Amino acid sequence: MNPIDPQAQGLGLPETGNFKPQLERRYKFDQIFKIISWAATFSAIAVLAILLIGVLSEGIPKLSLEFLTAPPSRKAEQAGIWPAFLGTIALLLITAASAIPLGVGTGIFLQEFAQDSKLAKVIEINISNLAAVPSIIYGMLGLFVFARLLEPMTGGRSIFSAGLTLALLILPVIIVSTRESLKAVPDSIRMAGMALGATRWQTVRIHVLPLAIPGILTGTILALSRAIGETAPIIVVGAAAFVPFAPEFSVEGFREPAFTAMPIQIFNWISRPQEEFHAIAASAIIVLLMVLLVMNTTAIVLRNRFQSNR
Amino acid sequence: MQSEQASPTAVAGLERVFKVENTSYYYGSNMAVRGVNLEIPGNKITAFIGPSGCGKSTVLRCFNRLNDLIPSAHIKGRITYHGVDLYSKAVDPTELRRRIGMVFQKPNPFPKSIYDNVAFGARINGYQGDMDELVEKSLRSSALWDEVKDKLKESGLSLSGGQQQRLCIARAIAVEPEVILMDEPCSALDPISTLKIEDLMQQLKENYTIIIVTHNMQQASRVSDRTAFYNAEPTESGGKVGYLVEYDETQVIFSNPKETYTRDYVSGRFG
Repeated sequence: MNPIDPQAQGLGLPETGNFKPQLERRYKFDQIFKIISWAATFSAIAVLAILLIGVLSEGIPKLSLEFLTAPPSRKAEQAGIWPAFLGTIALLLITAASAIPLGVGTGIFLQEFAQDSKLAKVIEINISNLAAVPSIIYGMLGLFVFARLLEPMTGGRSIFSAGLTLALLILPVIIVSTRESLKAVPDSIRMAGMALGATRWQTVRIHVLPLAIPGILTGTILALSRAIGETAPIIVVGAAAFVPFAPEFSVEGFREPAFTAMPIQIFNWISRPQEEFHAIAASAIIVLLMVLLVMNTTAIVLRNRFQSNR
Repeated sequence: MQSEQASPTAVAGLERVFKVENTSYYYGSNMAVRGVNLEIPGNKITAFIGPSGCGKSTVLRCFNRLNDLIPSAHIKGRITYHGVDLYSKAVDPTELRRRIGMVFQKPNPFPKSIYDNVAFGARINGYQGDMDELVEKSLRSSALWDEVKDKLKESGLSLSGGQQQRLCIARAIAVEPEVILMDEPCSALDPISTLKIEDLMQQLKENYTIIIVTHNMQQASRVSDRTAFYNAEPTESGGKVGYLVEYDETQVIFSNPKETYTRDYVSGRFG
C-alpha cells in the first residue's frame, strides 16, 4: 500500500450525494485487524518454539547412536529407545496396510458409486460421528474385538491388535479426505469419460483417481502421523511400559503379546521421579518428532511429484 | 404421429436417426420438459435454440442417456434411435455413448497428453487397429493435426481454448460415433475459434449427424440445416417447464416462422 500524505487533497474533487467515505477510519480498522491476526500467528508459533527449544536443549545432549539402539534400562544412562522405535514402525506398517485400502476404498465407493443413496447418507453420518469418538473408546473396542474375540488370529494384546485399533481410529479421517479429494475433481472429467463409452470404474480409475491421489496421500499420511502419536488406545490394548526386546518383523513377532511404542516409552520416562529419565524422555520426543517430520516430508514430496506429472 | 400428414416435426425424404415421441422429462416429480415430438435427420446439423431453462440441453442429453447420471431424473415417452427404443432395458448406455459422441460447453480435455486424450476412448472400447493412425486421422478430421503433430506428448491442457475444444471433438470422433451432440460448444470461445469450429462442423456433417445446442442465433442460422425452437413457460407451482415451440428448416424458422414466439425470439425481441 502506498503511504498516503494526510496533507494531500486526494483527487481534490467535491463529495457527491450521500456518501461519507471515512477513508481514514476504514484504514485504521485495516491496521488493527492486521495486528490482531499477526499476533494470533505469532503466539501460536511462539508457544511451539518454546516447547521445541525446551525439548531440544534437554534432549540433544543425550541423543546418540547408543540411545537409538539400546533397550530400556533401570539406569537412565544405559536406557535406549530401540524396542519402542521399532514398535512404532511396526504399528505404522500394520495401521497403514489395513487403514489405507479400507479407507480409500470406502471413500471411492461413497463418493463415486453410492452418491445420494439412503445407504450412503447413513454411512456418511456414522463416519462423521466416528471421527468424533475419543480415542480411548477405540482402545476399548480394540481390546474387546481384536485382543479378545480375534485372539487366535492377532495373538491377543499384540502389535497386530494395537495396529488394527489405530487403523480404526484413523479410518474416518482417511475416508473423509478421500471423499474431499474426489469431490474436488470437476464433474466435467467424469462426464467426458462416460460420454466416450467408459464405464464408471474406468472413468474413476483412469481419470478421476489420478487427480485425487495427491489429496488422498496428504490426508492419509497426516492421519498416520496422528496414529503413531496416540498413546491412550494402545495402552488399553496392552502396550507395556518396559519391553527390553525389539519386535521381530514377522507374523509371529507381530503376534507377540508384549510390545511397546515411543509415546508409551516417553510417558513412562516422564512419570518417573528421577531427573535423568526426564532428559532421555526429551531425547525420545526428538526421535518421535523426526519420524513425524520424515512422514510429512514424504507427503509433500509425493504430492508434488504427482502434481507435476499431470 | 403417422396419421398427421406432413407434420413439420417429421423429416420427409431423409434418413431418420432419432425420433422423439411425446417425450416429457422429469426431475423427481417436477416436469422439466413437456411433450416433445421431433425427428433428427441423418448427416445434417440440427440446432436447438431457446432461452435458458427451456430444456434444450436436457433433451440433448437424453440422446446419449447422460441424464441417467442424475439419480432422480426420468423420462416419459419414447425416443428411438434407428427404431430402437433408447430407454428400453435392452440398450446398454455405455455402448450407446460410444455411438453417440458428445462435446461439452466448456472444453474438458483430460489432464493427459494430447495423444492419450484421443486414444482413451478407442483403448477402453477395445480398438483393434493401429492407434497412431487413428489418432492422426481423428486429429486431422478435427482440423487440429497441423497445430499439434509435433507435440502429441504434451498435455491437452497446454492448448488454447479453441484448440482444446477441437481436441474434444477429435476425442469424440476417435471412437467412430454416428452422432455428435454439441452442448453450446463455442460459448467459451472467442469469435475466431468459433468460426473454426463452425467450419469444422460443415466438414463433419459429411460423415456424422450433428445436434447442436446454442444460445447464439447467428450461429444456428449459419451452421444448421434444421432448427428447433424451445421456450419455457411458468408452471402453477412456480417452476418452469420447457416445451418445443417450432421445428422446421432453419431457413423457415429464421425468415418465416409460423409461431409468434419464434418470430419474436429470432428477431431478438425477447430472450
